Amino acid sequence: MYKLYATLRKDLLLLLRDKVGITFIFIMPVILVLIITSIQNSAFDIVNNNKVPVLISNQDNGEAAVQFLDALDKIGLFELHLLRDSVNPVDLAARMHQEDALLAITIPIGFSERVSKRAVITANKAFQILETPESKSTQPLVSDTVILYYHPVLQDNYRLNIQNGLHSALKMVETKQILKVVYQSLNEDANVQQVDEDIFKSGIDVLEVPVSRGGIKTIPNATQHNIPAWTIFAMFFIVISLGSSLVKEKLSGSHLRLKTLPTNYLISLVSKLILYTGVCLGQVLVIFSLGVWLFPHIGLPALNLPQDLFGLFLVSLISALCAVSYAICIGVYARTQEQANGFGAVSIVILAAIGGILVPAFAMPEAFRSFMAISPLHWSLESYYGLFLEGGKLSDVWGNLLPLLAITFILQILAFAGLKKNNLI
Amino acid sequence: MAVEAESALKLDKLSFQYKGSPAPSIKDLHLEVRKGERFGLLGPNGAGKTTLMHLLCGLLLPGSGSIKLFDTDLSESKISHRKRFGFVPQDFSFYPELSPVENLNFFGAWYGLKQDRIMKRSKELLHILGLTEVKDKAVKTFSGGMKRRVNLAIGVIHKPQILFLDEPTVGVDVQTRNAIIAYLKQLNRDGITLFYTSHQMKEAEELCERIALIDEGKIVVSGSIFQLLNDNKEQDLEKLFLKLTGKDFRD
Repeated sequence: MYKLYATLRKDLLLLLRDKVGITFIFIMPVILVLIITSIQNSAFDIVNNNKVPVLISNQDNGEAAVQFLDALDKIGLFELHLLRDSVNPVDLAARMHQEDALLAITIPIGFSERVSKRAVITANKAFQILETPESKSTQPLVSDTVILYYHPVLQDNYRLNIQNGLHSALKMVETKQILKVVYQSLNEDANVQQVDEDIFKSGIDVLEVPVSRGGIKTIPNATQHNIPAWTIFAMFFIVISLGSSLVKEKLSGSHLRLKTLPTNYLISLVSKLILYTGVCLGQVLVIFSLGVWLFPHIGLPALNLPQDLFGLFLVSLISALCAVSYAICIGVYARTQEQANGFGAVSIVILAAIGGILVPAFAMPEAFRSFMAISPLHWSLESYYGLFLEGGKLSDVWGNLLPLLAITFILQILAFAGLKKNNLI
Repeated sequence: MAVEAESALKLDKLSFQYKGSPAPSIKDLHLEVRKGERFGLLGPNGAGKTTLMHLLCGLLLPGSGSIKLFDTDLSESKISHRKRFGFVPQDFSFYPELSPVENLNFFGAWYGLKQDRIMKRSKELLHILGLTEVKDKAVKTFSGGMKRRVNLAIGVIHKPQILFLDEPTVGVDVQTRNAIIAYLKQLNRDGITLFYTSHQMKEAEELCERIALIDEGKIVVSGSIFQLLNDNKEQDLEKLFLKLTGKDFRD
C-alpha cells in the first residue's frame, strides 16, 4: 500500500506543478461552460422572450390591411414599425439594415379590395351550397400575396415559426371578412364586432407541461442542457493532460529506471486512474457549483440538481473512470506527446460531435446516429440528461450506464494489452 | 588453499541483436565479476556498453545465452530479485519537477523500502552527496553535477548488493567527479560490488580493480589494469585502449 501511496503523492505533486495542465483541467472547462451557456441562453431569450422587429410598408391602408396588422400585433411575436412612406424593395432592404430589423412586410395596393372580393366569393359559394347542395360555383377565387423580406441570418425553423404567425394573421383577416359578408347577408343590423370577438376568443387553452420522470416540473433551460454536456466534455478532455503526461513519463529517463525496479508498473497506472478520477470528480464539483451558485448572480438560469444525488455521483464516477481509461489508453499507445495531444483532442471533439454534445442527437443525420453507441460521451450525456432534464433516478439511467461501463472495460483491456506488448508489465 | 571468490555477475555466451539491425550488438559474451569487486567495462562509443547494461538490468531480453546475478538466472528470477541491484543510468532518471527528497521518497518506495527507512537513507545520502541545502528545490533547477548526484543517490537508496553504473560522471566538473568516485569507493568498502562503464580511461584507472575492453559487442581483453598494461607493454590505459580499438571514429 505504501508503494501506491508514494506513487499517488508523486503524481499529485507532478500535477500540481503543471500549471498548463491545471489550466486545461479546471479553467478551460469553466470558461467554456460560461461562454456556451451565456450564448445559448441569449439565443433562448431572443426566441422565447423578445419580439421580432418588423418593418411594415402598408401600400394599401384598407380595412383588411388594418385588420391584418392588428392581428399580427395580437399574435405577440412581432414588434411592428410602420413606415410612413411607400418604399420600393431596394429602399426597404436599406431600411432593414439601418433599423436592425430582421423582417419587413409589404402589403400591396388593393390588398383589402382583393381580400373583400375573395370573402364575397367564398360566402356566396357557401350560400349556394346551402340553397342547392348540388350546385357548384365556377367563379374563381382572387389570390393575393403579402411579401415577407427576411435577413438571411434567420434560421429555417425560426423563419417557419414567423411564417406560421403570418398565415395565422391572414387567416384571421380572411375569416373576419367572410363572416362580415355572411352576417350582413343574413341581418344588416347584426353587431359584427361583438360576434367577431366571441368567435376569435378561443375558449380552449393549451396548458404546457414538461414531461419528466417522478413528477419533476423543472423547465429545461440553457444551464440544465449545457452544464452536464460540457462537464462531460471537460472530463474527457483530460486526455490532453493525462495522455501526454503518460507519454512524457514513458519517454523520460525516470521510466527507464522504473522498469528496473522491483515494482509492477501497473501500480503507476492504478495511481493515475485514482488521481485523475478524483480530478474529474473535482471538475464536476467545480462546474456544478458554478451552475448552482454563480450562474444566478450573472443573469443565467441556476442549475437545478437532480433529486437522486447518489445517482448523480455514480454517473459522474463512471463517466470519470471512462474518461481516465480513455486517456490512459491514448497515453499507452501514443509514441510522442504530439501524437497524444493531437489524436486525443481531435478524437474527443469527434466523439463529442457524434455523441450529441456539440449537436443535439435529434438534429443529427440518421447515418450518424448509428455511430452514437460507440461514443462514451453519448452514454454519459444520456445518463446525465436522464437525471437533469427528465428528473429520473439511478434506476432510470442504468440502461445508459451499462454501455459506459462496457466501454470503460474495453479501454482498460486495450491499455493492459498495450503495456504487455511493450513489455511494461 | 585459496578460496575462490563468489560470483556476483556471470555472463555466458550472451548475445543480443536489435530488431532491424544488420549485426548483433552483443556477440557471444563471457564475463564474470566477483563479489565486492570494482569492475570497469570500457569501450568506444557504440561498442555495446549501454546495451549490455540494459541487458543486465532487464530492460532488454537476451537473444541467447544467460545472465546470472548472484547465481540466479535473470530470465528465471522474480521481480523482487531486482532489489539486489541498483542502476545509475547514463541519462538523468528522475522527475525534474520534484525535489531530491520527493524523488528519493518515491523511488525508495518502489524499491520496497518503508517510509522511516527512506527518510533515514535520504538524509544520509543527501548529506554525503552535498545536497542537503537544496533538498527541497526542484531538481530541474540544478546544475549538471548536482543532477548526477541525485541520479546516483536514487540508485543506491536501497543499499544494493551490486551497482550498475553507466557512465556516471558524464558532463560533470572535476570536483563533482572526484566526489562521485570517492563515494563509489566508499560504497565498495561497504561491500557493494561495482559494475561501471565508461570511456574515461583515467577515471577507470582510478576506480577499477579489473577491467574489460569491449568493442563491436565482443570482449577484446579483460584482467587487472596492472596485468593488461604489463602484457601489452603500455604505460597507461588510454594508449592501450587506442592500441586495441584503433584511432578511427566508432559511432
